[in-house]
Amino acid sequence: MNRYEILNQVYTNKVKTVIQENYRIKTIEIDHRMDCLPGQFLMVWIPGSGERPMSIGNADPLTISVANVGKVSGEIVNLVEGDRISYRGPFGNPFTIPKNAKKILCIGGGYGVVPMYFLARKAKEAGVNAIAVIGAKSENDIVWEKQLFVVCERVHITTDDGSKGKKGTVMIEVNELVEDVDAVYACGPEKMMAAVAKLCREKKKFCEVSIERIMKCGVGICGSCAINGKLCCMDGPVFTGEEALAMEEFGK
Amino acid sequence: MSIQSEFFGKKMKNPILLASGIIGMTRGSLGMACENGCGGVISKSLTLEPRKGHEGPNIVETECGILNAMGYPNPGIEEGLREFAGWKREEALVISIVGKNAGEFAELAKKVELQKNRVSALEAVISCPHTPGYGTMVGQGTPESVSEITTAIKENCSLPLIIKLSPSVPGEVKAALAAEEAGADAINMGNSLGPGMKIDIHRKKPVLGFGIGGLSGLPIKPIAVRCVYDIYGAVKIPIIGTGGINAGVDAIEMMMAGAKWVSVGTAVYYRGQDVFAKIAKEMEVWMKLNGYSRLEEITGAAHEQI
Repeated sequence: MNRYEILNQVYTNKVKTVIQENYRIKTIEIDHRMDCLPGQFLMVWIPGSGERPMSIGNADPLTISVANVGKVSGEIVNLVEGDRISYRGPFGNPFTIPKNAKKILCIGGGYGVVPMYFLARKAKEAGVNAIAVIGAKSENDIVWEKQLFVVCERVHITTDDGSKGKKGTVMIEVNELVEDVDAVYACGPEKMMAAVAKLCREKKKFCEVSIERIMKCGVGICGSCAINGKLCCMDGPVFTGEEALAMEEFGK
Repeated sequence: MSIQSEFFGKKMKNPILLASGIIGMTRGSLGMACENGCGGVISKSLTLEPRKGHEGPNIVETECGILNAMGYPNPGIEEGLREFAGWKREEALVISIVGKNAGEFAELAKKVELQKNRVSALEAVISCPHTPGYGTMVGQGTPESVSEITTAIKENCSLPLIIKLSPSVPGEVKAALAAEEAGADAINMGNSLGPGMKIDIHRKKPVLGFGIGGLSGLPIKPIAVRCVYDIYGAVKIPIIGTGGINAGVDAIEMMMAGAKWVSVGTAVYYRGQDVFAKIAKEMEVWMKLNGYSRLEEITGAAHEQI
């Protein structure tokens, strides 16, 4: 019981499962059913090391996927079952599915597929069909493919080197698929998201993208994640394609 | 009835300033604060060299206010001035600087002097409670130090100078007097209070990456109000009241203590990015209900002899 209301407490819970996704990415399932939505993020805290924003991949159990790219993420991927993990959240605005949408396209570049799985899963629960496109450098970089198969009607894959699926960028598939869907979502490299947003503008399709910036406070105070007058943590990380394209920095 | 104010010759739609370090990393985000209703903005504090700031967590919410230890992440004075140089809005822009000593403040002031066109004032922060080498951690805030820093800046920059004092250092009245005597044009009375600490009892560790941090939010208001009250009685230069302004009545109270303006920071967390407009509206409503027509009737009202 709190004597006073704390809006954003630090949660500490046990790591339930650790899944090695590939040579550098691990998925961590936490013993916590969190009230959160696709597109939102956590600030994961490693005491004595630091804190990093992490996209949420599932609500029950609360799931994140972490690439070993630095000091803090390096410590997160070293967690094992039974270890404790601490975090604040959920933060940020989630993806929205238009009411009349029957079919959506979820495009994930690299580990951008993580929130796309969560979105496709929520869509399925709401009776909306999802088609997924995964883009990766090569076969070894593809993550969450099996999970996506469970919640999506179809999963398309493109790789830069052609080691799996079609060779090239996700746009090879997206260009073909965009006509048949009511809404398009993308998370991944900004160049990819910019290409998707431009295509959706041209085709007049509802589009949302998830933008990543360095975040320090997560709650709209510090301004570290400012992007052309918007705060990534509060106004985003999900922006409409049009909002994103209006940002000078976006896609550069 | 009007809540219009004036800031070193510039008209302000209200006396509410965005506090330094809140949102204001870029011209765009300062502009957004103006769109959200503030009468003026104070930039993120700039240092001579770029700084990454402390490792996270940088903020943690407590049962009574927020603790932060950002550690002055900023792109450095050169880049910062470039970012803020294109300021075209009508709201007042204050550039905030922070240095390790009088020499650094002088260097910073020289650079601001070269790009002062659109800038309404310069604020020197000598009161950060949680950054090694700066503020209260190196004894800035004593009358001697305040006097030395104020003089150094005034010799190098012709902009109106605001000295930002700490509520955590005893003797703020003497510090304010020293600033006034050395030529400061205003006092910003208030900063986060402390340092304080929040320990996570499950992890048995301080939560903030830096361990300690400054407390902000409503809980520090009584201390900020007392500080403003005390220095209003001592100095003639105007005062910005900072600390725990969350609603219109908080601003009124701070102004009655003696503030000509208030600055708002942590309230964006509790009440959203448009908190400035909310506070302005609440001030108007309160003044109307209570028969006040101008802010001049409120500033220092608590000092009036009955």
